[in-house]
Amino acid sequence: MTLADLPLEVFQNEAVVPYETDAVTRLILDTQDKAAFAPISGLTTGEFRDWLLSDEATGERIAALSPGLLPEMAAAVSKLMRAQDLIYIARKVSVTTRFRTTVGLPGRLSTRLQPNHPTDDPIGIAASILDGLLLSSGDAVIGINPVSDNVASVTTLLRMIDHIRLRYAIPTQSCVLAHITTQMDAMRQGAPLDLLFQSIAGTEAANTGFGITLPLLEEAHTMAKELKRGGIGAETGGENIFYFETGQGSALSANAHHGVDQQTLEARAYGVARHYHPMLVNTVVGFIGPEYLYDGKQILRAGLEDHFCGKLLGLPMGCDICYTNHAEADQDDMDALLTMLGTAGVNYIMGVPGADDIMLNYQSTSFHDALYLRRLLNLRPAPEFEAWLAGDKYHHLRLTDKPSTLLSAQDRP
Amino acid sequence: MNNKITIAKQPDLSEALQRYTSARVSLGSAGPAIPTREQLRFQLDHALARDAVHTQLDVTSLLQSLQQRQMECLGLRSAVASEPGQNDRQLYLRRPDLGRTLHPDSRQALLQYTANLAEKPEAIFVIADGLSALAVERHALPVLDASIRTMEPDQWRVGPVCVVSQARVAIGDEIGQLLQAKLTILLIGERPGLSAPDSLGVYITWNPRPGRTDAERNCISNIRHEGLSYEAAAQRIVFYMNEAKRLQATGIGLKENTELFLA
Repeated sequence: MTLADLPLEVFQNEAVVPYETDAVTRLILDTQDKAAFAPISGLTTGEFRDWLLSDEATGERIAALSPGLLPEMAAAVSKLMRAQDLIYIARKVSVTTRFRTTVGLPGRLSTRLQPNHPTDDPIGIAASILDGLLLSSGDAVIGINPVSDNVASVTTLLRMIDHIRLRYAIPTQSCVLAHITTQMDAMRQGAPLDLLFQSIAGTEAANTGFGITLPLLEEAHTMAKELKRGGIGAETGGENIFYFETGQGSALSANAHHGVDQQTLEARAYGVARHYHPMLVNTVVGFIGPEYLYDGKQILRAGLEDHFCGKLLGLPMGCDICYTNHAEADQDDMDALLTMLGTAGVNYIMGVPGADDIMLNYQSTSFHDALYLRRLLNLRPAPEFEAWLAGDKYHHLRLTDKPSTLLSAQDRP
Repeated sequence: MNNKITIAKQPDLSEALQRYTSARVSLGSAGPAIPTREQLRFQLDHALARDAVHTQLDVTSLLQSLQQRQMECLGLRSAVASEPGQNDRQLYLRRPDLGRTLHPDSRQALLQYTANLAEKPEAIFVIADGLSALAVERHALPVLDASIRTMEPDQWRVGPVCVVSQARVAIGDEIGQLLQAKLTILLIGERPGLSAPDSLGVYITWNPRPGRTDAERNCISNIRHEGLSYEAAAQRIVFYMNEAKRLQATGIGLKENTELFLA
């Protein structure tokens, strides 16, 4: 009840993490669009919930407010909401981004094809990519978590995805989820990098734990933009470059939480993300483990909160609907969150062969899960990818029975 | 007229894919969903992985094996276990802070041990159960043996091997600090995957002390029969050890150079 009566303006005047000592707080407060905030400046947090639920709050009006909202306001109002509120309001807002595909359009659901392999073996990875493409996966990104965080591995994997993409004219983008400094080294050596990956968190100290600072993100962003690799049709250069991952508990895990709750810190990570207009933001909701989200119910709630807060703050939210084997959760919990996020209009989900990531050792959503959701809710892939699925190049791929066919001569065993 | 329903075996070209990866590819489809047999295989594997999380490490037999190798060793426990041998996995899972901290008895034991040392160790190996005692029981000693074989003789003054139960990665910082070591090499059971319940990880930390962040460590992951071999893991461990000594640092400042491992 206290939270419901708290005026939204309080969040502007009282920083939960001190302005003087935290670069994230400074970024959030210094870049707030006060004019955008003005229309709701007289509301309490509870009144803000009521307004968001009202018919007056259209997607366009919410999007117009978004640059004026602080992450702490989004987190606070989400705490007053039930699951249906989090779904209903998020559904109103669509956030669309573009590189070689357009992700986030209403009525669409995209997937990250995640073909991880425990030894980064090109043939093993190619087998998972082929399996995924044949099951219509990969229109958000083909993104590999590498085993080894070094320039040679990252470059090899980027070249490999790029070769497959060009060979079959697949409208998608590549990403290798190494540390941003490794990706920068790879770019310097001429690697074909599409999306720039980094894990981010909601405090300066937690970001230090990730080995990043805001100026470093800026520098890498500038480098990747200059490659001008994206573009749809006649365009050159994708508008959106970054692929950020977040997840409740990361600040707590790094002991960098300043006594603030993990959901507010998660929303502050979105405050960092929106500054860079990313292509994809992924809340990896059940990845860290049961010390942060203990069971299926907590994972479900966190997934809906994160998606809602991200959309409210104007981000292209996807969700890695997932759990680890030391959490009290199973596939039924994932199905519940998957179905709810589908109705909430999530931009994309993961596509992992059989839901079992054999490198990261956790369970996410399968290629089949995306097919289920698309059929159930009548959702379609990104338009460029959908056209590709109907075309000759895809037909050509369907006739492939060996993953080595996908690879360049030097990557074949 | 025959109106019996039959399910045809699906002529799927991609069935061939299972030869190339242990990932769950070429599963076929029942409508949009995964067919029954694969669905049940998944559930069985999930149950096995859950069992691995809750298995207790046999510290006593591990210490015996180390003694048989004429290696000096110490048995320790984290603050999760208020009594020796106690196995409260629920507490361990809910309270990572306790798993990162030594129990006062173990801290005291280390202080006493260090006070009696003439020469402080440069590097120490710590074996911790983490989330898979199974991984530690299968792979910790072979990795340790291979690492010691790979090290150049007399290059490192190696301290006692510490075996610690109910522990998380950061507990190596406290142990390293108490032993006044320059480098901690921590071998720990990684969280069990559906297809890999016994994967061992290694974390290497220069100048260990409580408060070190993960960005200040180097990590080697996925050591198991189907993953990284003992020899390859040992080569990487010794590479990181030598580089850490040269740079007086570990973490993002120390980049792995794969070409070294391709020879």
